[in-house]
Amino acid sequence: MFDFFKEIFDGFVFNFIEGDRWKLLVDGLWVTLKITGLSALLGIPIGFLVGLVRAIEERDSGKRKHSFPVKCLFKVLDIYVTVIRGTPVMVQLLIINFVVFVGFDFKMLAAVIAFGLNSGAYTSEIFRSGILSVDFGQTEAGRSLGLTSAQTLWKIVMPQAIKNALPALGNELITLLKETSIVGYIALIDLTKSYSIIQSRTFSAFWPLIAIAFIYLVLVVGMSKLLNIFERRLRKSDKR
Amino acid sequence: MISVKNLSKNFGDLQVLKNVSLDIQKGEKVIIVGPSGSGKSTLLRCLNLLEIPTSGNIIFDNTDITDKKCDINRIRRRMGMVFQNFNLFPHMTVLENISLAPVMTKRLSKEEADKKAKSLLERVGLSDKANAYPSQLSGGQKQRIAIVRALAMDPDVMLFDEPTSALDPEMVGEVLEVMRELAENNMTMVVVTHEMAFAREAATRVLFMDEGHILEDAPPEEFFQNPKNPRVKEFLSKIL
Repeated sequence: MFDFFKEIFDGFVFNFIEGDRWKLLVDGLWVTLKITGLSALLGIPIGFLVGLVRAIEERDSGKRKHSFPVKCLFKVLDIYVTVIRGTPVMVQLLIINFVVFVGFDFKMLAAVIAFGLNSGAYTSEIFRSGILSVDFGQTEAGRSLGLTSAQTLWKIVMPQAIKNALPALGNELITLLKETSIVGYIALIDLTKSYSIIQSRTFSAFWPLIAIAFIYLVLVVGMSKLLNIFERRLRKSDKR
Repeated sequence: MISVKNLSKNFGDLQVLKNVSLDIQKGEKVIIVGPSGSGKSTLLRCLNLLEIPTSGNIIFDNTDITDKKCDINRIRRRMGMVFQNFNLFPHMTVLENISLAPVMTKRLSKEEADKKAKSLLERVGLSDKANAYPSQLSGGQKQRIAIVRALAMDPDVMLFDEPTSALDPEMVGEVLEVMRELAENNMTMVVVTHEMAFAREAATRVLFMDEGHILEDAPPEEFFQNPKNPRVKEFLSKIL
């Protein structure tokens, strides 16, 4: 029994404490968080705008004729969402790093752009469905009171749309965090990649992999907790 | 006050309004009845341009509101609208629902709007609900709040689109009571409804619509006792 615990303890010390190898995990974690955070900062505004435009397009379809430039915009956004959703994020990352930025060393930037654009396409669909889920009667009520379409959108439709979209948006952020684990392919050393460095020195796969899995899990659980608090705050008008 | 000239409205191939003309004077209470699909709601919704007419003109206080140059938001501020499904804003308290439009359109300051909202709530006997959310109210209460919300803009005319059709029979009375009081205070009203008793006592004119035409336009006594059009006779014999 004692031997068993000793073995665990030694394994832990050897993999993380000796040679300050835990610092590799911390550095990797920092890279993961940086990519996730910056991609979200890029992706959510993109998704919001694209989703808003596409929701308006859908709502107006058949009711109003749009000018040529507006129709072009609709088409471009449609292609953007189709292409991003139709190809693996891994391929997108490789294209941006090795094709778009060929000859440059912009790995971090490439990762943020790739994940930002990718996340933007997915969140745009989340925002689009959130906006369309708000009953059109709400818009009519706002407009019939003499509010402009912009006022109706911001004061009446958006608060309800965002509340409806929040669970799916949280899901997307969690997915984003975990998807960044492929940046090792463009030689960024994130949390996942730090495994191979530790493993190459200690020849043990068990400890670094378990540790990394645990760190991801803690991050995701923390994010869901935060989102829950936020959702509950927005839901205060649902009480009966 | 409102003058409708040769109004037509098509939904795709379906012509819902066929060359309808109508004059409404200040202080009149015009009640529109007729079978479902006869175009009565569409006519009402054209009056504040929630539906854009296919052809024809609508003149409101010497302004042609079907003119592209007309600022419809300005016109809508003078026309209150009450919907079948209430369309209260679920993310706002009752007080916020009522004072939103007066504040956003800069008619009143926040304090003035709240004060006015409270006095209107008192008038319909719902002062205690000022800080409730719509989800906490009954259908009848919601519709009374919706009427108050429209009244907060001090409209010159009130449009009612089947205001009691979505209510439990028990709650119809309390809503009609508020409308009756409005009528007595000389509000100009256009009401689409199936409540014949209300039409009989509150109307100054009753219109009968069928298949996009106004078939009968008469004071209530004449309309109910002595209708000229055979289609109206048939309709009345079925429902009275």
